[in-house]
Amino acid sequence: MQVHQQASEHSDAIDLMINMGPQHPSTHGVFRLVIWVDGERIVKVEPHIGYLHRGSEKICESEQYNQIVTLFDRLDYVGNLNNELAFCLAVEKLTETVVPERAEYIRVILCELNRIASHMLFYGVYGLDAGATTPMLYGFRERERVQELFESVTGARMMHNYIRIGGVKEDVPADFEKNVRKLLGDLKKGVEECDSLLSQNEMFLARTKGVGIISGDDALDYGVTGPALRASGVVEDVRVTDPYSIYERFDFGIPVGSMGDCWDRYFVRVEEMRESIKIIEQALAELPKGEISAKVRRIVRPPAGDVFIRTESPRGDLGVYIVSDGSDKPYRVKVRPPSFANLQALESMLKDTYIADAVLVLGSIDIIMGEVDR
Amino acid sequence: MMLNDHLMKGHYTITTRNNNISSKSETQSSSVAKPLDQKESELLKNLKLAFAEFSETEVSVSLDMVVLRVEPGRLLDICESLKSNPKFSFNYLSCITVVDYEEQEEIFEMVYHLVSIDYHHKLAMKVSLPSNSPVVPSIFKIWKSADWFEREAHDLFGIQFEGRENLPPLLLYEGFEGYPGRKSFPFHEYEEW
Amino acid sequence: MEIDENSPNIHIPRLDGFTGIEKPLGAGYEPGQGNNPADSVFNRVLPNALTAKSDELFALARKSSLWTLSFGLACCAIEMISAHASHHDLDRFGVVTWPSPRQADVMIVAGTVVKKMADPIKLLYEQMPDPKWVIAMGSCATNGGPYYKSYSVVMGVDHLIPVDVYVPGCPPRPEALIYGVMQLQEKIKNDAKRSFDEGSLHHNYEEQ
Repeated sequence: MQVHQQASEHSDAIDLMINMGPQHPSTHGVFRLVIWVDGERIVKVEPHIGYLHRGSEKICESEQYNQIVTLFDRLDYVGNLNNELAFCLAVEKLTETVVPERAEYIRVILCELNRIASHMLFYGVYGLDAGATTPMLYGFRERERVQELFESVTGARMMHNYIRIGGVKEDVPADFEKNVRKLLGDLKKGVEECDSLLSQNEMFLARTKGVGIISGDDALDYGVTGPALRASGVVEDVRVTDPYSIYERFDFGIPVGSMGDCWDRYFVRVEEMRESIKIIEQALAELPKGEISAKVRRIVRPPAGDVFIRTESPRGDLGVYIVSDGSDKPYRVKVRPPSFANLQALESMLKDTYIADAVLVLGSIDIIMGEVDR
Repeated sequence: MMLNDHLMKGHYTITTRNNNISSKSETQSSSVAKPLDQKESELLKNLKLAFAEFSETEVSVSLDMVVLRVEPGRLLDICESLKSNPKFSFNYLSCITVVDYEEQEEIFEMVYHLVSIDYHHKLAMKVSLPSNSPVVPSIFKIWKSADWFEREAHDLFGIQFEGRENLPPLLLYEGFEGYPGRKSFPFHEYEEW
Repeated sequence: MEIDENSPNIHIPRLDGFTGIEKPLGAGYEPGQGNNPADSVFNRVLPNALTAKSDELFALARKSSLWTLSFGLACCAIEMISAHASHHDLDRFGVVTWPSPRQADVMIVAGTVVKKMADPIKLLYEQMPDPKWVIAMGSCATNGGPYYKSYSVVMGVDHLIPVDVYVPGCPPRPEALIYGVMQLQEKIKNDAKRSFDEGSLHHNYEEQ
C-alpha cells in the first residue's frame, strides 16, 4: 500500500492518498482504486480500470459468428451462459431464426441455474469482504453442485460454449430432469442455510446497513442496473419489462430494496436466488420434447443491418449491439457490460463513508473485471 | 412471500406478474424479430410529432428499434428534450457505440442507445462524424453514465468530446500509440508453428 | 531432593525402552565435548530418522507449506478460488493463500496478462522473497490463449517472469491446478536432490 501526501483544498489538514490494487485480495479482480482520505473519511475516489482489457470486441470482428460464442463466455466469467444467450439472441434476431421450444426451455433452466451459481459466488466472497470466512465455504458448496450439473450437460464447468445460434449444442442427458430436481432440493435448503447464516448476523448488519447508499434516481443516472438498481427501489428487470426468450411465460417476482445500501444489494441477490428456483421449477414442469436446434447454416451470414438486444445477466442489463455487413463475420460487436456502468456509481456510493467500508461497498456492486474491461 | 418476518416487515416489495401460463402454445418465440410493438410505435408517433422538421430518413425503424439520426450540432438540444420531455422520459443511457466506416464513407458513426425505465421503450440515436475530425459534444452533463463510455470511445477510436478535453486513458495505458478499435489498426501478428 | 529409584512408589519413565539399549538418558554427554549425536535423545527415540542432506530437508519443509500469492487476474481465478474452497480444499497440500507478496512462495498467474498489468506483475514477482516459484495457470498465461490476436495481451507470462509449471486448460479444472501444485512439489524435491551436485539450491534466473 503506497501512501502519498497531498495538501487538501478545503482545509489545512492533509489528505492522504491511498492506493488500493491492482493486486489486492478484495478488489475482485485487477481493479485499482485511488482513495483520498481525510482521517478515516473518504474525500474522493478515482477508479482505474483496464488491467484486463483484452480487446475482445476487436477480436470478434475477425471471427465467424459461431466462434464468437466462446469469446462471450469469457466476458462475464461467472455468468457464462447468460452471456452466450445474449449474443445468440442478437444473432437470431438478425437472422430471424425461430428457436425450438425445447431449446428455449433448456436455455432458461441453465441460465437461471447460472444466476444462482453467480449469486452464490457473490454471497461467499461478500461474506469474506465483511470478515466472515464461513459463508465462502457454504457458497462454494452450492456453487460446486450447480457446476457439477453444468458439467453433465455441457461438458465444462465454466466455459460451456453450449448455447449456440439457433438452439443449444446437444440434447440434455437422460437423467437431466431427475438431476435438476435433486439439485433444486439441495439449493433450496442451501439458500435457506446461507440466508440464516449471514443475513441477520448482528455484525454483518452493523457493517452493511446504511453504508454506501445511492438513491434510485442517482443510480439510474449513473446507468446502474440489475440487483444494484433494484436495491435502490427501482423496479426494473429486463426479464419482465422487456421480456426476451420465453421469460414472459413464467411467474416470478422482482425483489426490490428500499434504502439502496449495501445490505439491500446483498439481500436482493439472496431473494433473487429464490425467484430463480421458482422459474426453474416452472420451466422443468413444462419442458417439452422435440428438436433442440433450428436449422442453421454452418456458416451464419446474417443480412446487413444492426441489432441491439438487452438481457438480464446476473449483474444487470447486458446489452449486445451487432452491426452486420452481410458477410460471415460481424462488422462491429459492442457489449454493454452491466459491471462497467455499475462501477461508475462507486464514486457516488463511497462519498463520505469510512475507509474501512470501501471494500464492502465495492463488493456489494459485484463487479467482474472481465466484462468491465472486455 | 419468503421474507424473514421480524426485521424486514414491509421492507421488501415483491411485484409478481400474473401471467396466463396456459396460453403458451399460442405465444410465438420472442427471439424472432417482431414488428414494432405498441410502446415503440407510440414512441415513433410521438417522435414525429415532437421533431416535425425531421425527414423520413432521420426517424426510421430498424428491426424492432426506432432510430433517430441527429446532426452533431443539435445533439445536446435533442438529448435534453429526450430526457426532460415527459412523453419520452429517457432517463437511462444504456450504451454508446462507435462504428468505424472510415474505409467506405469516411465517417465514424456514434450510436447512443437510450431506454426509458418509465415507459420501457428504447431508442437508437445515430450521429455521423467525419473521420478526419471526429468531434462530438459530450453528453456527460445530461447522463452521468456517458462518462466511461465516452472515455472508452476516446481511447479506442480517438473521438474528441467537446467540453471534455485531455481525457486520461481508461482502458489503455499512457503512451499507447494509435486507436486500436479502428479497422485500420492491425491485429497482433503471430507465427504459427 | 533426592529420589530413590528403587522405591516401589516412584516410577521413572525411560525412553531407552525403544532401542533396547540399557543406558540412562544423556549418558554419552560429557561437559566440554558437546552433545554426541550418537547418544542424543533424538537418535534413540527416532533412530536414523532425521539423517538427510540439509537441502533436501529444507525442500521437504518448503514443498509441504507453499503459500500462494492470492492474485486472480481473470476467469482462471474463479477456478483457483474453487480449488481453495470447500469442495477441493487445496489446504490439504499445505497450500494457503496469502494476500501479500512479502511472505508468499508461489505466484499462481491465473488469467490473461495484459500489457497494462505487466509492470505490476513484475513488481510483485520481485517483491517475493527467494526461493519463489511461478505457476502459469490456463492457456492465456501460458501463451495468450484465445486472445492470441489481441493488441493488448502479453503472449504468455513467461515473457515477463520465469515459469516453473504450466497448467493447460481454459480454464483448468481445480483438479488440474492441484495436479500442477503437486508437480511443483515434485520439482522442489528433485531440484534439492540435484543441487547437491550443482552446488546451489536455487536457479539463478539472471544467468538463464
